[in-house]
Amino acid sequence: MNERQQKALDSLTGVVGGIYDQLDGGEIPSMELPLRSKKNIEFDTQHNVWTYGDLRTSRTAKTVNGAVMMLRTVYTSDFINDMIRDGKSSTLREMYYISEGWNNAKFHSQDESNLLAEDLETITGCMREDFKLRPEESGAHVYGDLNFTTMTKKGMKTMNCIDDVSEAGFAVPYKVEEDTFQIDPGNTKFIMAIETGGMYARLIENGFPEKYGCTLVHLSGQPARSTRRLIKRLNEEYGLPVTVFTDGDPWSFRIFASVAYGAIKTAHISEYLATPTAQFIGVTASDILNYDLPTDKLNDKDIGALNAELSDPRFTDEFWVTEIQAMLEMKKKSEQQALAKYGLDYVTDTYLPEKLTDMGVL
Amino acid sequence: MPSDESIEKTAAPKRKKTPTAEQMAAKQQEISVTEFFEKNKQILGFDSRSKSLLMGIKEAVDNSLDACEEANILPDIEVCIEKVGDEDYHISVEDNGPGIVHRMIPNVFGRLLYGSRFHALRQSRGQQGIGISATVMYGNITTGKPAHVQSKIEGEDEVASGMDIVIDTKTNRPIVTNDKPFDWKGKDHGTKIEYTIKGRYITGKQSVFEYLKDTAIVNPHAEIIFRDPDGKKYTFERATDIMPPRPKEIKPHPEGMEIGDLMKYSSASAQKTVSAFLKNDFSRITDRIAKEIVQKSGVDGNKKPSDITREDAIAMLAAISEAKIMAPPTDCLSPIGDTLIKKGLMHVLDGLRPEYYATPVTRSPKAVNGNPFVVEAGIVYGGDIPSDSQVQILRFANRVPLLYQQGACAITKAISDMDWRRYGLEQRGGKGIPFGPAIILVHVASTKVPFTSEGKEAVAGFPELQSEIGLALRLCARNLKSHLNKMERKKKTHAKFEIVQEILPDMAKKAADHLGKPVPNLDRTITRIMNVVWVEPSMKKESKSKRCIKYTIYNYTSSVRTFRLHAQLPKESLKDLSLYSSPYFLDINDEGKANWEIREIQPSAHVEVAFDLTGDMADTFDPDDIYFSGLNPVMVMGAEMLPGDWGIKGMEIIESADDYVEEDDEDKEEEEEDLDDE
Repeated sequence: MNERQQKALDSLTGVVGGIYDQLDGGEIPSMELPLRSKKNIEFDTQHNVWTYGDLRTSRTAKTVNGAVMMLRTVYTSDFINDMIRDGKSSTLREMYYISEGWNNAKFHSQDESNLLAEDLETITGCMREDFKLRPEESGAHVYGDLNFTTMTKKGMKTMNCIDDVSEAGFAVPYKVEEDTFQIDPGNTKFIMAIETGGMYARLIENGFPEKYGCTLVHLSGQPARSTRRLIKRLNEEYGLPVTVFTDGDPWSFRIFASVAYGAIKTAHISEYLATPTAQFIGVTASDILNYDLPTDKLNDKDIGALNAELSDPRFTDEFWVTEIQAMLEMKKKSEQQALAKYGLDYVTDTYLPEKLTDMGVL
Repeated sequence: MPSDESIEKTAAPKRKKTPTAEQMAAKQQEISVTEFFEKNKQILGFDSRSKSLLMGIKEAVDNSLDACEEANILPDIEVCIEKVGDEDYHISVEDNGPGIVHRMIPNVFGRLLYGSRFHALRQSRGQQGIGISATVMYGNITTGKPAHVQSKIEGEDEVASGMDIVIDTKTNRPIVTNDKPFDWKGKDHGTKIEYTIKGRYITGKQSVFEYLKDTAIVNPHAEIIFRDPDGKKYTFERATDIMPPRPKEIKPHPEGMEIGDLMKYSSASAQKTVSAFLKNDFSRITDRIAKEIVQKSGVDGNKKPSDITREDAIAMLAAISEAKIMAPPTDCLSPIGDTLIKKGLMHVLDGLRPEYYATPVTRSPKAVNGNPFVVEAGIVYGGDIPSDSQVQILRFANRVPLLYQQGACAITKAISDMDWRRYGLEQRGGKGIPFGPAIILVHVASTKVPFTSEGKEAVAGFPELQSEIGLALRLCARNLKSHLNKMERKKKTHAKFEIVQEILPDMAKKAADHLGKPVPNLDRTITRIMNVVWVEPSMKKESKSKRCIKYTIYNYTSSVRTFRLHAQLPKESLKDLSLYSSPYFLDINDEGKANWEIREIQPSAHVEVAFDLTGDMADTFDPDDIYFSGLNPVMVMGAEMLPGDWGIKGMEIIESADDYVEEDDEDKEEEEEDLDDE
């Protein structure tokens, strides 16, 4: 058991102890947690990321919801303690199924168990990984001229993310901390995080990473924690500039925000996960006009999402306000693969070099 | 009515020459009643194949039930349908009634308008005596096959007789063949009718099954077995051994009488004088009133009643309308009664697992135009009853289900005229048949139910009936609404109960295990969360006729509490001593209203009040119907505050109120205030 795990163990026992003491003292058990919503997101000037502010919400056993959440906290803490002691780990999904036997503490959906794991992180200041809980799959892949040394079944092994991997790239494990995951930046000059698998494959096929010294990270939708943590380490520890290339719609803006500013749900660990210097390549609302891209109409949900972003503190800078308002005005969105309108090589020969030069990356 | 027929009958053969009156007269002849009905089958309800099949069975079953009740026998009825041809069905209906003496059988089954009840003023299912013989006739006409009847009357020496019957439609006389006695093995008494009829067997609405099911609801004292054409057997078991009280026969009431009626009665009277005729042949006419009528009408009170002329009759009717005559007696009616309606509904609808049976309402009898009538209503709610369609309406007249012409019926109209939104059902614009998971039952009983047609399919409306149905429904709907409110409150409050009963103990135990410490005592925490006295009802079904009722009373407050609990128990079901042996039991009155006193229950303590209910009526008690007194209502969950009208029987608003019970209540209330320290 390492130090981090001991700390996790102690903090969880502290949480359970708190509930016990309240019950023993004849009190109605209650707990205080940071309010986890966009209302309570503040800019942390020290780390340049968005974290939770001072607003707190209290959970009390007076209501069924509160009582059930606290019961779950006790059960989950107990379960995690057992895992740490036995040297086991489980996926969040496994924990969801294990809760079948927890009577009233049973999770009714996996969202509920994920949320509780995050609650425990905010209460204890530990990371999910310390609790030996891992996500189902990371989903993210890396392709580029850099080397990772990581634990395999046959011991620590070093792999080059072009030479030693398949065309799909290197699969990012759920834990990318220094102790089990070492990085050698090799010939990489900058990082490009890409939303869709189609564009990721297009860039690899066109030889873009080799030509520009770029390492590609396929986000596959909202990026998993380990993906964001890896990007953060590449940026912070090895000084590699990070760029993000997504579709041109409100949901993609949020993907960028979670890479660069921190996600609302995980704002308690933004300083580990967010890369404040990450730059947005596109597709921007201006790109849609400038490159005359094929578009789709915004639906009601899209419009709702854009309006919500206008009141999201993470999007309050001038760039985003302009972009969001422009998109609302034209009522159109576009995909990164819409660039294929001008041929398969257009994105690697024209669009990206132009944008990256503007941004000062190339 | 028969105008079309007579025109056809008298129409001349196709000749060019205009027929003379003489020639026409030769063609004119009496049309027998039988012949008339043969040509107008729809008047009797034989207008479609599926309906014909149902009507025949309905007539036979109605007769069987009437016969059994008249002889005070719990009815066992077996209905069997066999398919014998494309459209031909062989029907048999067998009962355990008193049987029919041999010489009467042909007339009962083979002669229209022959029956024992046509002249009687009493509530009964069949009235005109058309039904069963019309069925026999319809079978004869459509399949050419005779009906077969067998019957045996009670007695060791009696032998059963069987015969084939065909109705001669020209003369309205039965033609009997194969009449022979036989040994009916294993049958003490009863009648079985078999006939073959053209029909169509359907399932679902307006089916034989539906009819028998509905019949079972309002006749919980009957056992009905049904075998469908596929050979499947359904049994509607007897829900109670209590026979409905035998309706008394009453003499006609003078109110609302027509000239023809009076002439008919007078010519048939056995009385020697007009005064005696008035006094003895009518109900509610006293010596004084008879004298008044004779005087005012100027008719000689001493002449023979058969000498009353048309003019006399008109004068007498005028005098009658001026006289103050008491309403007719109502003991000629036999309402089902609230308990038995609930019983019947529960018994038959249990498969739908309804959430609630609103306490049925039996109105007190009323009379219009000399005909007494009574209205009853019941509502069943929730469970598996479909919630996205119109409510199901079960209409009954004199315990007979009405399956056709729902739209034309006064019952439907009364339901549609009510704003059900107030009572928790959906209804567009507050008019029309409401929507929701409910079944509404309405029963109209009368010596003479006003049907819209001879087929007896819909009740005709008149203002007094309409308003009585409305009142019965409103009372019933109010019960439903208060149940829905109660459920709503219960759902909200139950959440808290779950916290203190399940979640907190689990939390304490798990946390203690985790920390290796003793499980903490939760009393103070629980008191802080709840701060109420909690009454938790439970019911266990021990056997078909035994229910174990238990109330667990938790004092989740910080003070010692003393208060009373009250419940209305089905008194027939209190057969053992479990109720009286409870240390909290106080007393119970004749109506089954029981009182308990919970004395000095400590904070965090709980006590149990338990008792068993046995017998037929055990399942009619709803454990949620528990009341308390002696505590501030905001401090109690799981029981209702004792209503002010507790002690007034049911919801009837009649002259005699039970005053002393109310006083009793007031005493209690004073006591309560002293105890209430909150």
